[in-house]
Amino acid sequence: MTLDKNGIAKRIAQELRDGYYVNLGIGIPTLVANYIPEGMDVTLHSENGLLGIGPFPTKDKVDADLINAGKQTVTFVEGASFFDSAESFGMIRGGHVDLTVLGAFEVTDQGDISSWKVPGKLVKGMGGAMDLVAAAKNIIVAMQHTDREGNSKLLKACTLPLTGVKCVKKIVTDLAVIEVNETGFKLVERAPGVSVDEILSKTAAPLAVDDDVPEMNL
Amino acid sequence: MQKVVKNAKEAIQGIQDGMTLMLGGFGLCGIPENSLDALVDAGVKNLTCISNNAGIDNVGLGKLLRGQQVKKMISSYVGENKEFERQYLSGELEVDLIPQGTLAERIRAGGAGIPAFFVPAGYGTEVQGDKEVREFEGKPHILELGMRADFAIVKAWKGDTKGNLIFRHTANNFNNMMATAGIITIAEVEELVPAGELDPNQIHTPHIFIQRIFQGRNYVKQIEFATTSD
Repeated sequence: MTLDKNGIAKRIAQELRDGYYVNLGIGIPTLVANYIPEGMDVTLHSENGLLGIGPFPTKDKVDADLINAGKQTVTFVEGASFFDSAESFGMIRGGHVDLTVLGAFEVTDQGDISSWKVPGKLVKGMGGAMDLVAAAKNIIVAMQHTDREGNSKLLKACTLPLTGVKCVKKIVTDLAVIEVNETGFKLVERAPGVSVDEILSKTAAPLAVDDDVPEMNL
Repeated sequence: MQKVVKNAKEAIQGIQDGMTLMLGGFGLCGIPENSLDALVDAGVKNLTCISNNAGIDNVGLGKLLRGQQVKKMISSYVGENKEFERQYLSGELEVDLIPQGTLAERIRAGGAGIPAFFVPAGYGTEVQGDKEVREFEGKPHILELGMRADFAIVKAWKGDTKGNLIFRHTANNFNNMMATAGIITIAEVEELVPAGELDPNQIHTPHIFIQRIFQGRNYVKQIEFATTSD
């Protein structure tokens, strides 16, 4: 059974560790916040200048001065702080953020990523994605394994304009958990009931596979 | 020196066609609403606007775009604006897209007298272009330049008559750095108090960076995406 968006987010939440500072991108990555293990101290960073993002507000607590990087209204947790954008990206560039989770159009077996621009469509801009992928210590991509036409999003080379090179460390898709290491892609786990053959057939780059690939434990 | 001016109209005196402006805010959060309205009224044209975003249709910078007052936008993300899209696709509007952290740092560096610096963001992408590349600690970086503007226009929560500023929540964003990078910096504030009333320990932007300040009014503070849990 392939994972839905929440399933992908739930699996990524297993990568969190106590004390982590984490930046979650827009889309599936945002859902990871819903699966932070009970009692684990994880601080969420928003690049527009908030360390300690809280849940979305109730209607009566909506505040125009309090938004996340996706421009959605949010709240802040106890111990939070606010700062300007230069300091915020200093946290990212300086390696103070432990983990970045973001979406992608394509990822290569060298860890290159395309996520911001589709030629021929309106270009909206890269926002903070290039800064995040160039500097974060650990980058996990959350995405569907294939696009709507069924084409693999895991490739030898990106076909779309790059966001960054040699930066992605791990990919969690609806089918699998795949590591990017020195020699390329390595299959680490498969979604419950999904076969290694299916994953191989939907991955358009060499994929190293051990004899026994465990199922995700969700 | 008297920095306090009566209103936005007085504050933007001297802004002329063809000038480069920095405008604070992230999305519609922390934008200088009063000054943007005054720029629309003044009708200045051919502006180069440095701002993380370009507002939305008819809100924030979207108002300047509607009147075709902007020649060039320097931003990191410009979605959610149909008039922007139309002008961009028709070639009326030039757009320079810069990674957000690089944009923030270019402004900070400009205000801090740092002409250039190296960052890893954009290496190996089209952002690299013909910029100088150098390796530090085994990692490639590209050379980026500090940036200043003829006028920087920022919005703060509280300010005093000397020009000290305090921001509220995430409405700080680009405002604090932009305040340092204007040849002339205009600050509009929700609450203007006599010098001495703000706690010096709480000041975000010291008044050395501010040339003009005024008490803004009728803030709308439109929310782009009201996302709630109920």
